[in-house]
Amino acid sequence: MKCMVFIERNPIENSLRDVSLELAWKGYSLVKEYGGEVVAFYIGKELPSDVDKLFEYGADKLIHHLDDRLEYLHSEAYKEIVVDMVRQESPDMVLFGATHTGRDIAPLVASILKTGLTADCTQLYLDEYKDKGTILYQKRPAFGGNILATIVTPEDRPMMATVREGVMPLPESGDKKAAVTVAHTMELKNDWFKYTIKEVVPGIKKINLGAHDVIVAGGAGMESKEGFAILHQLADALGGEVAASRAAVDFGFTKKERQVGQTGSVVRPKLYIAVGISGSIQHRAGMEDSKKIIAINKDADAPIFGIANMGIVGDYRDVIPVMIKYLKED
Amino acid sequence: MKRIVVLAKQVPDTANITGDAMKEDGTVNRAALPAVFNPEDLHALEFALSIKDETDAEVVVVSMGPPKAVEILKDALYMGADKVYLVTDRKFAGADTLATSYVLSAVVEKIGNVDLVVAGRQAIDGDTAQVGPQVAEKLGYAQVTYVDSLDAIGDDYLTVSRDAEYETQVIDVKLPALLTVTENANIPRYPSARHMLTYFKSNIASAFEADRVEKAEKMGLVIPVLTLDDLGIDPERCGLKGSPTKVHAIKNIQLTGGDLQLFEANPTSIKSLVHEIMKDYVEV
Ligand SMILES: Cc1cc2nc3c(=O)[nH]c(=O)nc-3n(C[C@H](O)[C@H](O)[C@H](O)COP(=O)(O)OP(=O)(O)OC[C@H]3O[C@@H](n4cnc5c(N)ncnc54)[C@H](O)[C@@H]3O)c2cc1C
Ligand SMILES: Nc1ncnc2c1ncn2[C@@H]1O[C@H](COP(=O)(O)O)[C@@H](O)[C@H]1O
Repeated sequence: MKCMVFIERNPIENSLRDVSLELAWKGYSLVKEYGGEVVAFYIGKELPSDVDKLFEYGADKLIHHLDDRLEYLHSEAYKEIVVDMVRQESPDMVLFGATHTGRDIAPLVASILKTGLTADCTQLYLDEYKDKGTILYQKRPAFGGNILATIVTPEDRPMMATVREGVMPLPESGDKKAAVTVAHTMELKNDWFKYTIKEVVPGIKKINLGAHDVIVAGGAGMESKEGFAILHQLADALGGEVAASRAAVDFGFTKKERQVGQTGSVVRPKLYIAVGISGSIQHRAGMEDSKKIIAINKDADAPIFGIANMGIVGDYRDVIPVMIKYLKED
Repeated sequence: MKRIVVLAKQVPDTANITGDAMKEDGTVNRAALPAVFNPEDLHALEFALSIKDETDAEVVVVSMGPPKAVEILKDALYMGADKVYLVTDRKFAGADTLATSYVLSAVVEKIGNVDLVVAGRQAIDGDTAQVGPQVAEKLGYAQVTYVDSLDAIGDDYLTVSRDAEYETQVIDVKLPALLTVTENANIPRYPSARHMLTYFKSNIASAFEADRVEKAEKMGLVIPVLTLDDLGIDPERCGLKGSPTKVHAIKNIQLTGGDLQLFEANPTSIKSLVHEIMKDYVEV
């Protein structure tokens, strides 16, 4: 069993993206019983500074293609390189982060290799399948999160999947391997660069919700930016970060980068406090694996109470300031 | 620019799933769910129409699905599309993204002279965001995904902004190209009353009484249908047969009841909740 994982860099920190490390570890967890191998692959201008962490989290080898022209995504060039790397390695599986880059490249590669690609998997495991031997079982929410489907690619290889950041948990420490790094060589053709990037405006994604143990999330029920200011006080008192439902983002109470859910971040903090959030299926898709969920909502029938461990039925205006007061007292 | 094709899908309205959309056995009752124009495809159509406003480009909307999908094609006509095609065939059923993109790319080739294809970023039933890129790959078009705005229209290029998560990239992309657009790209226009009056009765030929088809045809009310035979494509690469992925199992997600412990909204009770939190989560 050989598993390849696509590695991405966080350009702000010049570090590995969380999802890349999560995938390396997932790949390792999948293949280790089979004496398999995890091959990480990376395309860009320079390697992330902490790239060796990959070898602490299960990667056996890193293949990279570095070139100044590859600093930013160029779909055509990236896909040619990935396809070449995959053909050289002939892996059983290839995993990508369900990031904007991963979701741009992976479908192109699957289309060229004429194989299956399963998006946004939340669970991956290997098992026997009929007479096909051991294959990858891929679970993913579908139908707006109302069903959980298990998808398989029985006939074609490699079996490909994307996984969202934060979905596959990373242990405190991994399983260290010797670092093996190989440069991939291939002539890059000019007509693979089908567009020019005229300008780069940095700074869309600054908040990494996945990195916090405590998250205080607000929804439409906060009714205003001022409502969110109170949530920031609560988050500060708890040493946590503020997140939001899509409705709160749509109303402009806070920024999109804080959105949790199907179209936002997936988080699994130790504590998730949902304030003025009804608990739609799309929101739950991003937070229901939190260790403990506290719901504060004035509607006792709000679905969020269905997944909460603790709750208060009430107006946040009456509840949150009192919580802040007691938190500061103790 | 000569011709823009917009890819649009009719999807179950998964955003508004209510009690009666779930059957008693906990399975999804598809019949009870209204079918809607995939939200981001409305932005794709608006994107194309806004180019048409500035140039003399023709906007063609293509949807693959069951005959019922004419509903969204009519919506597209109401909004100002010049032409629409329903791509439908029993043999297309059960297609995953690879098989869907195979058919859709064949449609774009059949339409011909297409400089630009615009797709939504993703469809809300599958959320895969794969069909757009896979159509681009099959056509050999340049692709830009996650397009957040249209910044300029050139003769043989477009300037668009791409959401690259950590940054926005302003990109000049040469045509032909395929773009996938997000909900940030624009605000879709309302259907026009004039177009609604014109196209209110439009439908596929088989929906008209046999002796009315010719007249409807003359009035431009017949929505053309493309089948596997019309496209002359390989049946082995279509539908379930042409899909490398298989659905192995489906489980309906139920609200799993937590071990909910309720606290009153009074100070004493809030205090004990805070103590619970402090015990576990706040480092002292
Ligand atoms: C394709 C798609 C993707 C989506 N992706 C996401 C996603 O990623 N994340 C997401 O969150 N949503 C997503 N949604 C939207 C989702 O369907 C819901 O619309 C959204 O989550 C609702 O947000 P909300 O709970 O804040 O608002 P509402 O459902 O309006 O709930 C507000 C709640 O606040 C309570 N309330 C009001 N006033 C107070 C008060 N003073 N004190 C306490 N409680 C109060 C109300 O009782 C109510 O329960 C998506 C939808 C679609 C179609
Ligand atoms: N059956 C279809 N007919 C027309 N367009 C489609 C179809 N399926 C997907 N698309 C297009 O591809 C985009 C992405 O779909 P998906 O990969 O299913 O998330 C959609 O927003 C549409 O623009």
